Amino acid sequence: MSARYLGQRLLQAIVTIAAIVLLNFLLFRLMPGSPERILLRNPNLSQQVVEATRARWGLDKPLIPDQLVSYIGSTLEGDLGYSFKFRGQPVTSVIADRVGPTLLLVGLGELISAIVGIAIGAYAGWRRGGLVDRVGSGVSLVLYSMPYFVIGMPLIVIFAAGLGWFPTSGMTSVGGGDRPFPDNIIDLARHLALPLATVSLGLIGQYSILMRSSIIETRSEDYITTARAKGLRDGRVLRAHAFPNAMLPMVTLIAINLGYVIGGAITAEIVFSWPGLGTLTVTALQARDYPVLQGIFLLVAVSVVVANLAADIIYGMLDPRVRR
Amino acid sequence: MTAEIRGRRQWPLPKQADPSAPLLKVENLQTHFQLGRGWVKAVDGVSFGLDDGEALGLVGESGCGKTTTALSLVRLLPSNGKIRGGSVELFGIDLVPKTDRQLDRYRWREISIVFQGAMNALNPVVQVRRQIAEPVQYRLNQSESASLKRADELLDMVGIPSRRLGAYPHELSGGMRQRAMIAMALACDPAIVIGDEPTTALDAMVQAQILVLLEQLRRDLGLSLILITHDLSVVAETCDRVLVMYAGRVAEEGPVSRVFTEPRHPYTRKLLGAFPNIRSDRRTLETIPGEPPDLVNPPAGCRFAPRCAQAMPVCSGTPPPEVSFDDGVRVACHLFGTTA
Ligand SMILES: Nc1ncnc2c1ncn2[C@@H]1O[C@H](COP(=O)(O)OP(=O)(O)OP(=O)(O)O)[C@@H](O)[C@H]1O
Ligand code: SF4
Ligand SMILES: [Mg+2]
Repeated sequence: MSARYLGQRLLQAIVTIAAIVLLNFLLFRLMPGSPERILLRNPNLSQQVVEATRARWGLDKPLIPDQLVSYIGSTLEGDLGYSFKFRGQPVTSVIADRVGPTLLLVGLGELISAIVGIAIGAYAGWRRGGLVDRVGSGVSLVLYSMPYFVIGMPLIVIFAAGLGWFPTSGMTSVGGGDRPFPDNIIDLARHLALPLATVSLGLIGQYSILMRSSIIETRSEDYITTARAKGLRDGRVLRAHAFPNAMLPMVTLIAINLGYVIGGAITAEIVFSWPGLGTLTVTALQARDYPVLQGIFLLVAVSVVVANLAADIIYGMLDPRVRR
Repeated sequence: MTAEIRGRRQWPLPKQADPSAPLLKVENLQTHFQLGRGWVKAVDGVSFGLDDGEALGLVGESGCGKTTTALSLVRLLPSNGKIRGGSVELFGIDLVPKTDRQLDRYRWREISIVFQGAMNALNPVVQVRRQIAEPVQYRLNQSESASLKRADELLDMVGIPSRRLGAYPHELSGGMRQRAMIAMALACDPAIVIGDEPTTALDAMVQAQILVLLEQLRRDLGLSLILITHDLSVVAETCDRVLVMYAGRVAEEGPVSRVFTEPRHPYTRKLLGAFPNIRSDRRTLETIPGEPPDLVNPPAGCRFAPRCAQAMPVCSGTPPPEVSFDDGVRVACHLFGTTA
């Protein structure tokens, strides 16, 4: 990969993030309802108090450049304002509390499903029409088309409510997190099991379907015939020739999905009351907590851009044709 | 010739080989493709032989079954293709009943293939030298470093400069890629190299260079060559014998010197008719009026009958038997049959 390729991608990412910051600034200022009225929550305020508040927050200054400059300045310092709903708490700390659980649930789910889904898809596509293909592709298609709550509900009904193996919701039992090691980890794992299964199942469908079609496409390439003509074992033809080429389109997909991880799997988190960014998004929406929503939006957008950058770099390492 | 060439082998003959058997003997080969509306009889009763050190040219219109014949030898057919009859004997060993796993012993180590358009035939994400080293490492069980060393020697032998050793396929020119493909085909010191239109899509200058290279390697290494091409002048220059195919069958086969000077089959005559000066002039197959038949339901008699100016009543009803002449030429045409 040349420095020029890397530099171009980096520049592209920086420009995109700048555009996101600008959009974030404008979008939430064009929303109905002025911030001071929402924050003060009192319809009977005197005009004087309102004016004083506006002056204190700099809202009397023009939108561009004054407000924009101070917005960019504080964003760069990591100051995203204060939450309306969680009074007095800075947006950064409200969000930070939820990042861990989301990364644990959705991040781990992505990892598991990428590995399992790619393995199933590769095998199914390579042995097209075989048992793994017929069973696996049917199941994958069903899973892929089901929203998380449809996957999650039966899991709760069977394994939590019915068999009682796992708790139905939350991330810890009351006081569970304070128990001594390893009990606290076991408690967390029991809470994590069902939501993780839900997220993974949904994503396995997606990954295996795409990997399957990618392998099938690769399988008919001439260089696969060459590899077979060389008398290589079937497994080696798959591993050394079909797989690396079939993975190229997957890298992009995985990286982009990883970018969205940070936004949480909203439905899955809601179904299991998982205290992640997905539930926070819904809470903030209901409370019209603009600063928090703005913060989440910024975080998600930036991580998607970063993930895309990572995809470009990894792609560049895997495919010699882009190293120019 | 045979003993001398076999004596130069780097690797022993396969265990079941009969040392006195001819190198390759294909008999009544039938390779068909399954389609929704029936079997495409792409190769339907083809027989030919190949001696040690010999070069055989395979010619005929597009779709007549040249590639299918070649791929049938080591069974690299598409998934809907099947060998439904006949035998392919290599050193007297019939390869047709072998399982894929058993066939792996013969693929590349005895019969290797230079495919057309090396851009697609080489893996785009693997260094060319690693692709050449691969069969040496995995088929001949050499160490990785020994395999890479062999690859570099082969690349040198086909005239690729050593500074290009680390190149990926897209970094090489078309001619270079085809040279690399040839180097790869030689990796395991095979008995037979098949070239399936190895110079198509290359400009005339590069084509000539590749053919000179193939010819030189054949002599130096004692290779046997099956050369599939549309270019009759290439066959005239490089091959000992020529096999003319039409619609999945052999029309005529024999020494190039005989077939090209005195073509007997009406189809061969059509092919050659346009070039009285075949040896001095580079030209490719001209088109012949009419179309080759549908190979799902081919004509019952001679498959060339619908396009043949000399067709007789018997031609449309009975397939012509193959008749051998004293000069080594074999023809399938009622004009020469005893039944005509
Ligand atoms: N997978 C397949 N399924 C069905 N028919 C096929 C398949 N592959 C080849 N055929 C048919 O078999 C016949 C022989 O094809 P083949 O590729 O061997 O011809 P060829 O002589 O090599 O032609 P060309 O000069 O164009 O390379 C053709 O009529 C072709 O349409
Ligand atoms: S058999 Fe009859 S139709 Fe066929 S080539 Fe000979 S003369 Fe023509
Ligand atoms: Mg062909």
